[in-house]
This record gives sequence, structure tokens and C-alpha cells, in this order.
Amino acid sequence: MINWKVILGIAKIHLVTKLKSTVTATLGVTFGIGAYITLVSFMTGLNKMLDDLVLNQTPHIHIYNEIEPSEKQPVALYDDFTGAFNVVHSIKPKQGQLKIHNALPILNYLKENENVKGATPQLRAQIFYLSGSIELGGNLVGVDIMEEVRLSNIRDNIVDGTPEALKNSENGILLGAGLASKMSLSIGDRLQISTVSGDIFPLKIVGIYQSGIAEIDNIQSFANLKTVQRILGEAENFVTDINIKLFDIAEAEPMSYRLEQQFDIKATDINEANAQFETGSNIRNLITYAVSITLLVVAGFGIYNILNMLIYEKMKDIAILKATGFSGNDVQYIFMSQAVIIGFVGGLIGLGIGFVLSLLIDNAPFETEALPTITTYPVNYKLGYYVIGFVFALLSTGVAGYLPSNKAKRIDPVRIIRGT
Amino acid sequence: MKLILEAKNINKHFHKPQDFHVLKDITFAVKAGEFASIMGKSGSGKSTLLYILSTMDTDYTGKLHLNGELVTGKPHRELSQIRNKNIGFVFQFHYLLSEFSVIENVMLPAKKLSEKCYAEIEHDAHEKLKMLHIGHLAKQRASRISGGEKQRVAIARALINNPAILMGDEPTGNLDSFNAENVFQIFKQLKEEQELSLLIVTHDIDFAQRTDRIIQMEDGRITS
Repeated sequence: MINWKVILGIAKIHLVTKLKSTVTATLGVTFGIGAYITLVSFMTGLNKMLDDLVLNQTPHIHIYNEIEPSEKQPVALYDDFTGAFNVVHSIKPKQGQLKIHNALPILNYLKENENVKGATPQLRAQIFYLSGSIELGGNLVGVDIMEEVRLSNIRDNIVDGTPEALKNSENGILLGAGLASKMSLSIGDRLQISTVSGDIFPLKIVGIYQSGIAEIDNIQSFANLKTVQRILGEAENFVTDINIKLFDIAEAEPMSYRLEQQFDIKATDINEANAQFETGSNIRNLITYAVSITLLVVAGFGIYNILNMLIYEKMKDIAILKATGFSGNDVQYIFMSQAVIIGFVGGLIGLGIGFVLSLLIDNAPFETEALPTITTYPVNYKLGYYVIGFVFALLSTGVAGYLPSNKAKRIDPVRIIRGT
Repeated sequence: MKLILEAKNINKHFHKPQDFHVLKDITFAVKAGEFASIMGKSGSGKSTLLYILSTMDTDYTGKLHLNGELVTGKPHRELSQIRNKNIGFVFQFHYLLSEFSVIENVMLPAKKLSEKCYAEIEHDAHEKLKMLHIGHLAKQRASRISGGEKQRVAIARALINNPAILMGDEPTGNLDSFNAENVFQIFKQLKEEQELSLLIVTHDIDFAQRTDRIIQMEDGRITS
């Protein structure tokens, strides 16, 4: 039988008459939670932006032909040499074709798979960009541009021109931004390229492509798949890479393994390609949480201290409450509820402050050459973080309040009243 | 006559700093409507006995009956309730909650008991204050009134749940003779008008001699 009205009434009077300590304790929680929300929103926003930067350019599964030596060298096929110690010198890569064998049937097969969001063929060609007498080495990637737009963020990376312009042009090219500035070219200009075999083709610049990663922007350009096939003088089934986007990224690893077995090709999944990236994200998250938890623990100690002092001050009150019939539990609830009220109010204000600070960061200008699509600092407004922050506020103040209130519960009124 | 409080063979030891037998085989009773006082020198164990009788101290052997019910060995939670309902307590120092108003101090035990609604409790509290001639102080902060007034507020608080017995640990010990007389008159009036049982520990011989019975204690024993 707990009379909450009475207990909360006493708690309220304690909080109001000790307003200074109450405000100090509340501010501790407020800053802890506010800093947590701000940090976590900003950090995860940054993480997400960096992840997107790489992940959106990386297909979930990438299929291609690897140039590599045969696993079984011819000598191993001779029965005469089994059991002997064979030494093979100067092994060469296996002679094979650059294109993916049966690329079009594979594409059709993939497109029918219900877990596949899309599969796009690509043709990567080594070319030279000609600028007067200067030859710049680079790549030309033949793509199905509208499919790429659907499946990746390539549209964001076309800083000048549109993907539609490329689609509608027989000999258009989306030139890498680094190349464009090196050769002083802009949209509408003409550009000559030369294949490895020496054939020269004129192309018209219909757009400028900037991924934000300089190494790519300095060598890579995009053209229609058919254009590149024509430049290389190859048939329509000449495809060197297939990029696959899945609905469920977790399927990437088993599926890439299956595809390798099924089609005898090389398939890498996104986790394999970006293992180091994930590590970076995890460490940043770890730092965020370590800092936030430290802040909250400090706030918790503040509350612990203030309640402890309050209880020493209120020894006589506690004794008198007990003498007039309040039980130890009642007394404990009085002090616990003070802690939880501080946590509740401080937590709520902290969430508000965190949100406002996130808004400020979100609107702060952040312009960098490397990231053409970003104009302000990235912030992640995930409701989950607010829930975690609030729960942590209640939890830490609860623990900080429990210890001193437990002491108050055990105070022996006789000793206090008799003054021994 | 009905016994309000009955103590049988109560023994208590202090264990620190060394074993000390404070109360030796105390057996006595307080009848309904009796005004009893306990006298004795410092260290004779009279306060210790009072705190055992008040159920706040549970570290003793023997048996204690309150209103005919055995209270020895009950858990603390139940003892709190018994204290809340049946025992009013007045201390040497007033021990009011200084941040609360006078009326809130008086109402607190009744709110804890929560047998009545808020309005009834408030009405009762006003009645008690008026009876003790301090009705006009109801809205004052408890820290802003004089010592004699504080003690009367403490008595009002002790009476709010209409207890079976009022216990006092030198309630006049810290008051001047005028206020001490005042408190005595209040106790006497309570005994006569409401037939309340009172058990008061005191040093004041004048005070004790005017009560119905003096329980004299010496070295942990009742001598008369």
C-alpha cells in the first residue's frame, strides 16, 4: 500500500526548496543527453554519408572475369608425374577472353531472380583521352545509363548535364570532372579518344561526372554500352562486368558464392570489397557511444552526490517521517522519485537541446570539392536514438538515486532522534 | 480496566562499545485513559524503554502488546502502520518538517494512513490546531513559528490519527516554564476530555507529580 500522492508531494517540496541543487542535477542530465543526441546524430549522419558515398558506387555483387593462373597446371594432368615433386617455372595467367561468357543469358537469369533489384551490364575499356598531342590514359565504361540511374546514385554525381542526354546521344560521353578540368573541356565540347589498338573516335561531352573520389574522376568516364562496343568493334554480347543490386544486402555473400559456382566466373560481394570500410564505421560508433556514456555517467555521479547530501541534510526529516509511520520503503520512494523526476525532466530537455543542436548542425554549410551533392553537414534524425537517450537518462538517474535512497531507507530513527 | 500497552519481561542489551544490559526484565502496563510518567536519572534506560514501546526499536527480548495485540516480531512495514495508526509521538525537540507549512506537517501522518479523504483530513487538522489554540498559524511555514508553538504543532501532529496512546520523550524538556505548563495542561485536557492514554518520559519532578502514576526507573529496572 503505497500512497504515491503523499510521497510525490514530499518529493516535490524537497525538489522545489532545494531549487539550486535540483537545477544543477537536472542540467547535468540535460547536457549528458543533449550531447549524446547531438553526437550520435552527427556521427551516424556522417557515417551514413560516407557509407553511401562508397556503397552506392559499389554494386552488391560484382561479376567479372579475373585474370589469373590456372589452379591446376598441365603437369598435374599427366598420370606419369603423380607423386613426383613437380616444379613449374614462370607461370603465366590462363589465356581467356575478357568478356563474360554468355553474359546476356546470365543477365536474363539474374533479372528473373526475385531477390535481385536489378542487374546492369558494363563494358570497361582502356582508352586514351587525346588533347592535342597529349594522351591521357583512362577508362571508358559503357553502361545502360537509365538502369544505372535506377540502381545507383549516379544522377547525383552528374554535376553538369543529365543522364537522359547521354541516353539520347549516339556518341555522347559523361566526362570525369578531373579530366574535364585537366583538358579545359566543358559540356557541349568535342573530345577525341583513342583505343588501345589505335583507332580514334570523336565523342561529344553531354555531362560531367564527379564521384568525389579524385582517383576515379581523373581517369573514368561513362558512355552508352553500345557506343563502347562500337568503339571496340565488338558484338552486342561483349560485356566485361555485371553489377547486381539486391533487395536484401545480407544475401550478397551466399549469392555471390552461388553465382561463382554456377557460371564459373569471379563474383565479389560488397562486404568483401568494403571490409575495411565497415571497420571505420564501427570504430566511429564506438567512440560516439564511449563519449556519450561517459557524459551520462558523470551526470549520474552528480545526481548521486546531490541526493547523498540531501539525505544527510534531511536525516531528521527522515527520522520523523519514520516515527510518524512512514515505512522504510516510503522513504526510499520519496528519494527515488526525486532522482527519477530529475532524470525525466533533464532527459526531456536534453532531447530538446540535442534536437535543436542537430538542426543547427544540419543547417551549417559544409561545401567541399570532394562531395558535390553535400551542401550542409549530414545529420541522422533517428527516433531510436532519442528513445535510447531518454531510457538511459531514466536508468542512470534511477541507479544514482537508488544507492542513496537505499541508505535513507535503512536509517534508524531512534539513533537520529536520540542524537547518538 | 482495559490495557492499552503491556510490556512483559523486556530485556535489552547495547552491544557497542561493549555489552551492556540496559533494560532488565521490565514488566508493566498502561491502562486506557491513564496519564503515566517515567522518571529516572540519565542512563537509567527510560528513553530506551520508550523507543521500544513505540515500536521503533525492535532489538529486544520479551513481549510487547499494544491494544491487546502482540506487536513483538512483526515486520517493519507492519510496525510502521501500527505506529502510524495507534501511536502519537512528541519529542524533546519539535522535529517538524521545516519546508512544510504547519497544517501540512499536521496532515502528513493522516495522509500516510489515507483512511480519510483530503478534505476530511484538512478539517481534522484545523480542529486539532484550534484545540491547541494555534489555528491562526495553519498556513505559516513550520520554520517561522516560536518554540512553544512548534511543540504544540508537534502535539497536533501526534493526535491527527486519533491514536490509542500518546508517547512523549521529554516533551517539555526544551521549553520555558510557561510553555511547559501549557503543554502539561494540554496533556491533562486530552486525558480528561478524550480519555487518551499518555506515557511521558520526563526529568521534571513537578510535571511528574501531577500525573496519575510515576514509573521510577533506576539502572534498567522499574523501582516503583
